[in-house]
Amino acid sequence: MQRSTRTVMEPNVRPLSIAGKAPVPDTGTWKGFLRFLLQELRPKGKVVTRFNVITGIIILGGLALIVVRFAKGLGAVTNLSQEYPWGIWIGFDVVTGVAFAGGAYILTFAVHILKVKKYEPIVRATVLNGFLAYVFYSGALLLDLGRPWNVINPIIGNAYGYGSVLFLVAWHFLLYTACLFVEVCPAVAEWLRWVKARRILQKMTTATVILGVTLSTLHQAGLGAMFLTAPAKIHPLWYSGNIPVLFFISSMFAGFSMIIIESRFTHRIFSGRVDAAHRASHDKILLGLGKGSASIMAAYLFLKVIDLTHGHQWGMLLTPMGYWYLVEVAGFTLVPLVLYIVAIREQNVRLVQTTAFLAAVGVILNRLNISVIAFKWYEAVRYYPTWQEIWVTLAVISMELWIFRWVINRMPILGEHPDFRTGEEIVSNGSPAEGARWTVSAS
Amino acid sequence: MPISRRNFLKVAGAAGGVLLAGGRNPARAAAQPASQEDVEFYGILIDTTKCIGCRACEEACNSQNGLPKPEVSFSSESVFEKKRETTPDAFVVVNRFPDEKTPEKPSFVRRQCMHCTQPACASVCLCKAMEKTAEGPTVYHKDRCMGCRYCMVSCPFDIPKFEYDSPSPFVKKCIGCPDRVAKGEQTACAEACPEGATLFGKRRELIEEAKRRIYQNPDRYQPHIYGEHEVGGTGYMYLSAFPFEKIGFRNDLGTKPYPELTSGFLSSVPLVDILWPAVLFGFNYLVSGNGKEDAEEHEDGHGA
Repeated sequence: MQRSTRTVMEPNVRPLSIAGKAPVPDTGTWKGFLRFLLQELRPKGKVVTRFNVITGIIILGGLALIVVRFAKGLGAVTNLSQEYPWGIWIGFDVVTGVAFAGGAYILTFAVHILKVKKYEPIVRATVLNGFLAYVFYSGALLLDLGRPWNVINPIIGNAYGYGSVLFLVAWHFLLYTACLFVEVCPAVAEWLRWVKARRILQKMTTATVILGVTLSTLHQAGLGAMFLTAPAKIHPLWYSGNIPVLFFISSMFAGFSMIIIESRFTHRIFSGRVDAAHRASHDKILLGLGKGSASIMAAYLFLKVIDLTHGHQWGMLLTPMGYWYLVEVAGFTLVPLVLYIVAIREQNVRLVQTTAFLAAVGVILNRLNISVIAFKWYEAVRYYPTWQEIWVTLAVISMELWIFRWVINRMPILGEHPDFRTGEEIVSNGSPAEGARWTVSAS
Repeated sequence: MPISRRNFLKVAGAAGGVLLAGGRNPARAAAQPASQEDVEFYGILIDTTKCIGCRACEEACNSQNGLPKPEVSFSSESVFEKKRETTPDAFVVVNRFPDEKTPEKPSFVRRQCMHCTQPACASVCLCKAMEKTAEGPTVYHKDRCMGCRYCMVSCPFDIPKFEYDSPSPFVKKCIGCPDRVAKGEQTACAEACPEGATLFGKRRELIEEAKRRIYQNPDRYQPHIYGEHEVGGTGYMYLSAFPFEKIGFRNDLGTKPYPELTSGFLSSVPLVDILWPAVLFGFNYLVSGNGKEDAEEHEDGHGA
């Protein structure tokens, strides 16, 4: 992220002392670093909250289920079968989750390549969200692999299957996660007060973002292209040669809707961490995201209509699967598009936020339809997830939320770091901002 | 930042490197068949009009592949009551399809891997666990497999089966007796067939034989060899007295080889990987070409 004025912090890593606060350990030394880490690892605020208890139980239960899964095999906890080799661990955790993580590439593109300063305040939260999503979804992917210890085979070159879309997706996935890590790192460096590291990382930003956008384009589209090899299994309303393009386009508005939804929660829960500048511009940002979503959704729907016409599939709309298709495309893509347009005309931020939920449902439906619901729609016995599959999915999401909260509460994600704040603000930066830092619920 | 000569060379060098790396693959692919041009695909012709449902092929397959004994013995006809699919423990299964006109003469159709000429499973495998051999069998390298089951998603015939109840599972399917075929022997199932319903041979010769049978007995056979063109051709092919969709085959698979379904997308990958960064760098130069902003960033110490 760029600051328009010089930062106060000098490169000699001498933390500023804040009145009424214990001095921050000098993270320039090993001892200080470890002490700082230990200090930060401790939960801040109340530990026993309703959210913590519920998600804690979900995570513990999920871990137990994961143990069972590795001890007895996938059949013990999932409803996967010879007919349905992929269930919600792939269809929801990976295919849907990655689409929602698309906000990171599209936003870094806008801010770092096109230099749209307006969206700067939300870049860090979005990138963090994307990074955690990728880490946890690839984690969820390992749960689904039958022989996860062989996952390194396509990476270390033990027989490269470069004719496979999945090979491409795996590599781009891995490299993009690394890109996201680099993009998250400036915040980590500020948290650790590593001025030099931060400076180096900031300089890597443009190149990393360009690489990241390229990798994202291909693996978002690649996730769709994977399903091109199942032409006889996916319902013709959903199967199309354009799946890669459709996946890529829809990952943009999926990402936007996720940013809108995420910011709604973070602004309420972590209100103390959001700085004033961010808060002031937030409505404008949301309206902008709504506008972006609307134009991309229009293009997406246009492609959908072309697909319908090319495949002579209009008649299929009047079948049970056709109605279901209309629920997805008309109910949760066209309607949100119209609502976004209304919201922009009326400058209605609340409506943008509500519409984002609808649009997100549309993306979830689309990804689940292609990977699970419209996949082998003709089978007599259909796949549906077991409670264990849903539980583990919730556990993965809960873990991600815990880490997200832990980072938000410590690192300068939603607002600027007090020590890296711009010059004229440093005077007013004292206990209020710092005090607010610890009031947020525990993690 | 102005484009200096040094920068230009850097970009050009990188692009050239990628092009060279990308260019090597097609060359290698083209070299492969050339070195093996004397080897022809072997396959099997299954004449369902000759099959009597004795399941000798199932038994032979089990012992060839060291599979466990089935729950219902090979001599029992009770298995025909339900249509069966292959399982991790049964790579070939015989099904019975009743004939509406003459109920006393049902059709028996065996089901196993089709050993496609251009198999979907092998093309989608990202660690080459599934591989088409020069002799024709599509084999499985279990040490490479990561258990992602993409082969199962892609196989048009739903043949690969997964060991869901094992903590260290493999994908299981008929591997076409590669050791026997490499030695010039026929597959275990073909050797065991007492009726000559399973005929082993070179794929080209099998097609000739199938056509001869159809021409000479037009009343006995449908004028179609299932597998001659389906999904680009399969190594294991079928003759039938009844329309194939009546005896458990899909007739909507088309004749396009499955690897071609993704080849368009895959060929766009190097293009995007090279052009996208170039375009994005261009955008970036364009936007930050404003001198004032540049100076500001410079002073800032982080030229993002």
